[in-house]
Amino acid sequence: MLGINHFILSESDAKAFEAIAHQLVAEALGKAAFILDQDGQILAASGELQGLDTTSLATLAAGNAAATGAMASILRERAFTTQYHEGQSSNIHMQLVGERVLLLVVFDHRSSLGLVRLRARRAEQKILDLLESMDLQSSDLPKGMPEITDEDIDRLFND
Amino acid sequence: MPYINQHTREIRCKIVYYGPGLGGKTTNLEYIHRRSAEEARGNLVSLTTAQDRTLYFDFMPLSLGKIRGYDAKFQLYTVPGQVVYEQSRKLILGNVDGVVFVADSQTARMDANLESLDSLRVNLAEQGKSLHTVPCVMQWNKRDLPRIATVEELSGLLNPHDLPEFEAVASEGTGVFDSLKAVAKRVLTKLKRGE
Repeated sequence: MLGINHFILSESDAKAFEAIAHQLVAEALGKAAFILDQDGQILAASGELQGLDTTSLATLAAGNAAATGAMASILRERAFTTQYHEGQSSNIHMQLVGERVLLLVVFDHRSSLGLVRLRARRAEQKILDLLESMDLQSSDLPKGMPEITDEDIDRLFND
Repeated sequence: MPYINQHTREIRCKIVYYGPGLGGKTTNLEYIHRRSAEEARGNLVSLTTAQDRTLYFDFMPLSLGKIRGYDAKFQLYTVPGQVVYEQSRKLILGNVDGVVFVADSQTARMDANLESLDSLRVNLAEQGKSLHTVPCVMQWNKRDLPRIATVEELSGLLNPHDLPEFEAVASEGTGVFDSLKAVAKRVLTKLKRGE
């Protein structure tokens, strides 16, 4: 559920995002794929993740996207929707999905930018469909976490 | 905007350290990173200028423990304090859940404190938020230096809303975890109520 005071990702939606990321890695011949929200929270990740600092990567990608969006605004563009970073052995394709989600594909010589962009566009549509269905269900989800008590919070901060 | 993942059983909240340049925001994060258990903290990422000043942001994830079976994770950010980086501050403040305002206690820095607090108010207002609606605590840093304002002066000047305030010497860790705990507690209390 996006766009309100907090964002709840249900078990089933999390699995649906994971399935999209998993399929994207396989079809794009990528090393890894990430689906992130605009704040860099990882909604799903798939591929060769071992040894990667995925939290920092996601945060930096989101910071990068935010800075790029601000540059677009200065140039009176609505957005720059894709970015490509080319390294010696790894490359990154980044793509905005709607206004709230970021898709990141890491790939190497086993794939190509053309293939990655093609598969990423297909994944983009699936993500948009999923986001739409999440918005429709959002009114059914609880507000806040009323099950948390003041004692739970106090306990967390007891040394 | 707190993020709750029912699949991985995680709650993630974003805390931003705001304040004037050279006020000690990065020093707060460095101390928290140094003193937190390795399994609870992630890497401290700093995007700095050639002069080692914060260019875009510092970032570190910190796990505070379990609450009702959920791992409570806080993502700590600093903003660049230099006046010229206002656009970056706006971006980092996006979807913020809690703020620690790190003020420099030195009397010579009062104008810089006021200017930064004003920038915080304006940037929160652009998101439809305010110091009343976003959990915020005030930290009076650099209490160990000579020529500093009294706590009463700082409160009167910078804390008209009577937010929780803490004296600190961030370089030695004094007041650092007190400030973090206070803001984190307020964020979780707000989340619990669904506000």
